Parts: sequence; structure tokens; C-alpha cells
Amino acid sequence: MRGTLRNKIVRFVAVIVAGGTLLGTTACGSTPAGAASGSGATVWSLNDSTWSSVKETFVEWNKDHPNEQIKNEEFANDAYKEKIRSAIGSGNGPTLVLSWGGSPVTDYVSNKNVVDLTSDLNSVVKSKVLDVVAAEGYRDGKLYAVPVGQVQPAILWTNKAVLKEAGISAAPTTWDELLQDVAKLKAAGKTPISLAGGSKWPYLMWAAYLIDRIGGPDVMKDILAGKTNAWSNAAVIEAMAKIQQLVDAGAFGDSYTSMTADDKADTALLANGQAGFDLMGTWVYADFASINASFAKNDLGFAAFPKVEGGKGDPTMLTGNLANYWSVASSASKTSRATAVSYLKSNTYSDSIVKGLLSSGGVPPVKGIENEIKSADDGTGFLTYVYNAVKKASSYQLSLDVALPSAQGQALLNNLEQVFLKQITPKQFAEAMNKTLE
Amino acid sequence: MANAIYQKEDDDRRSTSAKLPKNHLHRGPSLLYTAPALLFFGVFALVPLVGVAILSFTNWDGLSAITFNGLGNWNRMLNDPLVLNAIKITIILTVVSWAVQTPICILLGTFMAGPQKYRALLGVLYFIPLLFSSTAVAITFKKLLDPNFGVGRAFGIDWLAHNWLGDPKTALYAIIFVVSWCFIPLHSLLYQGAVRQVPTSMYEAATIDGAGTVRQFFSITLPQLKYTFATDSTLMIVGSLTYFDLVYVMTAGGPGNATRILPLDMYLKGFKSYDMGGASVVGVIILALGIAVSLILNRLSGSDKMESQMEGA
Repeated sequence: MRGTLRNKIVRFVAVIVAGGTLLGTTACGSTPAGAASGSGATVWSLNDSTWSSVKETFVEWNKDHPNEQIKNEEFANDAYKEKIRSAIGSGNGPTLVLSWGGSPVTDYVSNKNVVDLTSDLNSVVKSKVLDVVAAEGYRDGKLYAVPVGQVQPAILWTNKAVLKEAGISAAPTTWDELLQDVAKLKAAGKTPISLAGGSKWPYLMWAAYLIDRIGGPDVMKDILAGKTNAWSNAAVIEAMAKIQQLVDAGAFGDSYTSMTADDKADTALLANGQAGFDLMGTWVYADFASINASFAKNDLGFAAFPKVEGGKGDPTMLTGNLANYWSVASSASKTSRATAVSYLKSNTYSDSIVKGLLSSGGVPPVKGIENEIKSADDGTGFLTYVYNAVKKASSYQLSLDVALPSAQGQALLNNLEQVFLKQITPKQFAEAMNKTLE
Repeated sequence: MANAIYQKEDDDRRSTSAKLPKNHLHRGPSLLYTAPALLFFGVFALVPLVGVAILSFTNWDGLSAITFNGLGNWNRMLNDPLVLNAIKITIILTVVSWAVQTPICILLGTFMAGPQKYRALLGVLYFIPLLFSSTAVAITFKKLLDPNFGVGRAFGIDWLAHNWLGDPKTALYAIIFVVSWCFIPLHSLLYQGAVRQVPTSMYEAATIDGAGTVRQFFSITLPQLKYTFATDSTLMIVGSLTYFDLVYVMTAGGPGNATRILPLDMYLKGFKSYDMGGASVVGVIILALGIAVSLILNRLSGSDKMESQMEGA
């Protein structure tokens, strides 16, 4: 009788193991979204409106290449970021891998997840794409990531009507002017600077600009190179002190810690006339128009981040996102890779993509399109302003959380937020960040 | 329905002890009937659990090869101020939300247990929050509590226009409020069921003895709720160890680290910093806390030797 019980238990275990294996295999097999097979290629793209012109090229391509179909699947921005890494790590990613440059591309390259595209696409990229944007796709002189989409630097947006009301005639060009404007705006009962602190990453724009304006581009270069104690640089300490100076002056109002960029809380505050400035990426241009069309047409201003007196930095330097990038997955079949490469050859900033981007308010980082930009301008001069700013930029710092290795980027977001909340001093910030370099 | 099941178990127990069949350990249905449940539990709970435990001793960034590094992650995590802070925040969240919810749930449950029609109607209304997805609830409360565009500003109520979710001093309590709003219906329902199980004869006897409503509540209802209290507290406490979605949507752990609870810390470490080893350590800590709390509560309440006080049982 005890034997029967043992038999039952054994049978149990067998059932569980068998069932587990079964479920396990089906789980592995059920990732059809990735795993390129056969002759076609697969691609994961984003469902933002700015991607429509790129997505059209897939439709066009599929019409012209019945034997080399590209299967496009769309994701929301955050969902994509969370999915792509594990998909690539497990070899189930798409043929065309979308990224924002920075440390993910470095990781893909060092793990051989993506292939070298130099021989196929170097000349196309070099001849078409603005140098600052193209450079991000190279690692050790080899091309791994081909730019796509619009260039997205952070700029200082202004509400001209609010500034006028507070007695300010033009956007500030120096740090001291900014401080004076903050005081005037506060006196006028406005939130001087709209800041989406709840999202954390908008803090990075303030840090990157201030560090560069004070210490020049070498400070961040040392940090990105992982030099010991690079965060203790005097420029970093001063930048953090300046941030706290703004906080003390009440520059961000008393609600910035809960405002998030996803809710467009910061842009709404500017567009509705409650704030004077907003330091944010150019991608919000379309949002301003949708929140308050007459504001976008008449009162929306844009300016460069002010320079800091006595600082080493060049005021033409920019920070923000460069563009998106395509890489080709090494796990894809040879024919899939060939399809992806020939698609990239004919569709890297083709005329129709450039036109499509411009009409949706995005600026493609493409050489020699001054005329196209002029004819696409909606009268505000926005497209021309962004294009010239990028073309003239002496250096362009990629958003720090993307540029730094992931763990360091997250530590930066965390510590920088504490600087804004005045929970740590500039020196404590430097010490905490130095630890991430060890 | 529930009664019928308990009744059957009781019958089983009584007849088993009466006959005490030495050579027949498993009277009743074949063990195979539990296979589907065990299978799911094995595949979706045990296998990942063992996986996480193993990963906690490795370095893995999600892309490159997994390498063993012994106790390195454990050392790092147990000295990580973020983890220690997360443990503290999690304990505060657990204790305070339990202390806030339990009295309200007992009172609401007792109230809803009454036979009056209007109470039944109110009971249905109280139940509504349970039907909403927690992400939707979180987004809604975030908008309502927005200091610039929320209800406080809309109706000109100054104290309500406070930056509840953005002030490190109030963010956690604002979260506890929303958590309570979400989960009080469920726990009230449990207490309502329990109160309805109390035999009316007890109340009748108490009335004859001259006890008023309040006295009856403290001397009969509350003591009779003791096992529900134990079960419900376990549910509540183990539940609050794993809150994630509400906090993630409303504050994402901020401002600063004011609401960075353990599950959120685990998520951020694993899927933002790509430190799978460290995240696994945090996962194992959550698991250990959950099991420890359940065991302790079980022991304290003596529910392992649970007996019925019901008439005739």
C-alpha cells in the first residue's frame, strides 16, 4: 500500500516535469514577433506619430520587394525599451534593432549582438548625415548604428507673453540674466521655470548643460571614459551648486517634483501661461500646438541654454537625444540581414523620409537641406532654428542616462534628484557618483 | 456554499479519526486531481523562484554571459543604502496601511453585514473600487492630486492643492491613502462574511443579558472575528510587501527615494540598471520577508489549530 503512495508521488513528479517541459518549449517557441526566419526581415518600431514617415517606407518597400518582405511591429516607447534588451539577449530580437545610441549600442557591439555595417553603409551615412549625429553610430571607427528619425536637442522654450508681462524683453543669454528673470517671474506670480521633475530625466538636461557651460566638454568626456573621481571635477560641483541656487530661488515652483513629462504637465504649464521657461527636448513642439494652438503660433519662443560667465563652455554646445539608430542583429539569418541592409541603403534619409519628418515638425539631421527646411517652415522659424543649432553645435552631449552605462545612468538620475530636493550637497553628489566609477 | 465545504471537511476529519484506517492513507479522490494546480504552481512559481535564487549569486546584465560571483551581490545589496531604505519604506507602508485599513474594514464589514436593504446598496457602492484596474486608479489619483491641474486647484481648496505626491514628507502617506481606497472593499467583504457567520443566538442571549449594541460589538462580534482577522491581516501584510503598480505609476519611487519600496527597487535594479544579480537578491529578500511574516502571523494567531466556535460544530 505504501508502494502505491510512492508510485503516485513518482507519477506526480513525472507529470509535473513533463508538463513543465512542454510549457517551457511552447513559451520559447511563442516569440514569433522576433526570430527572423526565411527571406524577410523583421523590425520593431515605435507608435509615435513622428514615426509615420519611416513606417510608410516599410509599406513601400514591401510593395516593391515581394520576396524580401519586412514585417513591422509597433510598440509604445517604454514597452519597447523594456522588451528589446531581453529579446536581443535571448536571440529573439528583430532583424532591425532600434536604439537611441549610447551604452546600449556599446553593449550590443561588445556582446556581438549586432553586425558591422561599415562596408555597406559607411559612405551613405558619411555623405548624408550631419557629423555630430553620425558619429554616435560608430564604435572603434566601425559603423554599427545608422541614424533614423529626427534630431532632438534640449532647448530653452519660453512663453513670450508671460515674459513680457513680467517685464522681460528677451530670453536670457547669461546665467545672471536667468537668475534676474527668475526673480521677475516670481514677482509676477508665475512659476519661473516649468520642470517635469517627476520623470527625473528632465533633471539631466540641467546637469549636462551646466557642467558643459562651466567646464567645457572634457568634463563629461572624462566621466564617460570612467576616469577615477571624474565626478569630483570643480565644474560638476559648481553645476550642482548652481542647480541648488535655482531651487533656493524658487525657480521651479513648488510642484515640480510631481510633474511628469508623460502627462505633458511641464509643457501645459508653459502653454497655459503659468510659467515662463521650460528646458525640454524639441520633440514637444507638436505638443505645444495640440495644447494651445494660438500660443504655439504667437507666443512660443525658443533659445539656447544661457552661458555661464567665466565658464569654459561654448554656448553653441547642445545636449539631448541625437536621433534614433538602426542596427542589424547578428542573430538574424543571412538573408534577413541582407534584406535589412539593402533596405537601409535605399531608405536612410531618403527624400520622402526627409519630407515626411519636416511636415510633422521634426528636423532630420541631414546635410544640405536648407531649402527643404525653409519651404516646410510654418512661419515660426522653429525648424530653421533647430537645424542651424545642430549644424553649428561645437559639441553635442547625448542624454546622460543613455550615454552612461545603464547602472551609472540610473545612479545619476537618483542622485541628481536628491540634489534638486536638497537632500544631498554637491559634494555628497560627487562622492556618490564617483562610487559608480569604481 | 462555504459552509457546505467546511461541513464536509469536518465530516471527513471525524470519520477519519473514528476509523483511523492504518492501511489507507488516502481515502477520497486520487492525488492526480491536484496535478493541474501543482503543475501551474511548479512552472509559474517554483521554477522562477529557484531561478531567481540562483541568479542572486551571479552577475548578469541581460545580454552577456551569466557568471557566478558567489556572495558578491548579497554583500553589495545588504550594504546598499537604497536597499536598506527600501526595506524601511516597505515596513512603514505595510504597518501603516494595515493599521489604517483593519479598523475601517472591521467597522464597514460589520455595518454591511446588517440585514437592512440600504446597507446592501451601500455595500455594492463600497465594492466599486475593487473593480477598477490599479493602473487606472493610479493615473486617476495622480491627476486628482496634481497641484497645478488637480481638484485642489479646481475648487480652490488650498490644503488639497498641496504637492502630495511630490513632497517627500507626504508622498508615502498619499500612496497609503490610495492603497487603502483600493483594498478596503475587499477586506471589508471578508469581514462582512465573517460577521454574518456569527450565530444570531449569541446576540439574542446578549440582548437578554442587557448588552447594548456597542457592548455586543466588543464582546461578541470582535472575538468571533479573530480568525478572519488573522487571515485578513496575513493577506493585507503579504499583499503590501508586493505592491508595485500603484506606486510605480503614481511616483515611480520618488521624490528622492521616498516611495522606493522593495518591489520597485527590484524592478529598477533589474530592468533599468540591468543588474539582474542585485535585483534577484532583492527578490529573495521580499520572498523571505513574505514567508516569515506569514509563518509568524500563523503561529501568533494559532490558526494552525483552528477550531470552530460555532454552534453544533
